[in-house]
Amino acid sequence: MKDDGNGGAALAHLRGDLLLAADTIESGSRVLDVGCGEGELLAYLTQWKNVDARGMEISQSGVNACVRRGLSVIQGDADHDLQDYPSDAFDYVVLSQTLQATRRPRTVLEHMVRIGRRAIVSFPNFAHWRMRIGLLTGGRMPITPFLGHSWYDTPNIHFCTVLDFGDLCDEMGVVIERSLTLDRHGRPFRLNPRAGLANLLAEQALFVLRRKE
Amino acid sequence: MSVSSPIVDIASHRRPGHTLTVAEPLSLDSGASLGGYTVAYQTYGTLNAARSNAILICHALTGDQYAGPGAHPITGKEGWWNTVIGPGKVLDTDRYFLICANVLGGCMGSTGPKDIDPATGKPWGLAFPVITIGDMVRAQVKLIDHLGITELFAVIGGSMGAMQVLEWAVSHPARVFAAVPIAGAARHSAQNIAFHEVGRQAIMADPDWQHGDYYASGRGPERGLSVARMAAHITYLSEPALHRKFGRNLQDRREVTYGFDADFQVESYLRHQGNIFVDRFDANSYLYITRACDYFDLAAEHGGSLPNAFRGTPTRFCVISFTSDWLYPTRESRAIVQALNAVTANVSFVEVATDKGHDAFLLEEPEFFATLRGFLDGCARHRGLTSP
Repeated sequence: MKDDGNGGAALAHLRGDLLLAADTIESGSRVLDVGCGEGELLAYLTQWKNVDARGMEISQSGVNACVRRGLSVIQGDADHDLQDYPSDAFDYVVLSQTLQATRRPRTVLEHMVRIGRRAIVSFPNFAHWRMRIGLLTGGRMPITPFLGHSWYDTPNIHFCTVLDFGDLCDEMGVVIERSLTLDRHGRPFRLNPRAGLANLLAEQALFVLRRKE
Repeated sequence: MSVSSPIVDIASHRRPGHTLTVAEPLSLDSGASLGGYTVAYQTYGTLNAARSNAILICHALTGDQYAGPGAHPITGKEGWWNTVIGPGKVLDTDRYFLICANVLGGCMGSTGPKDIDPATGKPWGLAFPVITIGDMVRAQVKLIDHLGITELFAVIGGSMGAMQVLEWAVSHPARVFAAVPIAGAARHSAQNIAFHEVGRQAIMADPDWQHGDYYASGRGPERGLSVARMAAHITYLSEPALHRKFGRNLQDRREVTYGFDADFQVESYLRHQGNIFVDRFDANSYLYITRACDYFDLAAEHGGSLPNAFRGTPTRFCVISFTSDWLYPTRESRAIVQALNAVTANVSFVEVATDKGHDAFLLEEPEFFATLRGFLDGCARHRGLTSP
């Protein structure tokens, strides 16, 4: 793998759900990554898929790291700043492991399917068996390797389960083009994501959405 | 207050750098026309064969074309952006060809109110037409044409320089590959205009100003200009930085004197800043250039909509602000970013954490430097500019 300083080396470290998102995105697309962190996905897409990649990140240190590596990223907040973009501005709007940290997840999703032809959303599944057992046996808010914060300092304020998310999509009237339940490393299960077993076994999920025509 | 020099004047043969004299008149935003004018400029680095590595640096209100390494003809100090410009530095002179021109209305060689009005054979003074940021850019366009450059790789500037950057990007989008407005705004706020008005009134209240017709009298409004500079200088700093630097420390004394001498270090510092400023700046230029800033309102020029100004822009933008800048605060930069997002322009935005205030763009700020370098490197890859 060559590294032209544009983050090629990041491939080896690209998180499982991000790799799945990257595989979904066609070459040459226009992409907005909301909550892009230090730009791992954007750098990968720029280098390997010739994507017109933009990012939004709430932490200034993340933004600065992105701009330093030559990515087009602004400091912004999914709850407030998505409204600035016009409809159909992007082919894909990506929100990875960030939905649960937004104040108004439904509004964020509505903006995503408005400004993108497609939205790719990955999120942790709060109905994973480890969560259920933790709460059932311990009687305390579960802390897992995947969600390692205590209840009082977690940025994650809007948890949902895979089934909950599917219900919201139905309620919003958006089309679920693709849905995957994943293990911790982002490996997909061969299970129907709208079924109870997947909701028990999956540690996270990834949905590809679009608005109804 | 002692003032050392009379009126700023430096013979052109003693002024390093280049000049371009344009014979054809310049149509100004005011409707007036300037019949022939000079643009004084300085360059650093070498223009490549493809003429694709040129960066235009736009200076701030009281800056000039001496941005890079080399002694300033009046102050003897290194250029105002010497920390950024040079071999291997952020604006790498081994890689880029840097151009910095004195703005129209200035007093360092480009045509301004202290120059001779050909119609009368006397200095223009207040007969000089009021100019705008747009007019400054028009004069720079002639220079870039003259240098045979079709597309600038980047236009970069802080403060009033940022306004010129925005004006360039909006009026000549196809000629600006990348634009970096730093610590700027798309319009002057009421507070910005208010501070400028204080400065102008200080100059005009000085009896030596003589309604702007002071050049032949041998005495100019140095006291007024000095006070204008002192007031403006406070707006370039931040309260914490000022307190950290001076506190309530006394100047060369152990007790206050119960008088109006400069007891406090901060007073002494401001007086010094005022005094050295009059050695290198013309008071009438200060009036004209502050006025140009006040009139700047990019949205107003585009039907009241800032996004309209940028619609369809191919330029890659990097907007930079500083947390402690209260003269051009981050929300002004954010308004530019929002307008660029509204038209899905390619934009990066970084707010640098610092307590150094507006002047941070002139100072050693590692995070700022890293941002600028990273953005330009990314643009250079997209533009196909090779590393040195």
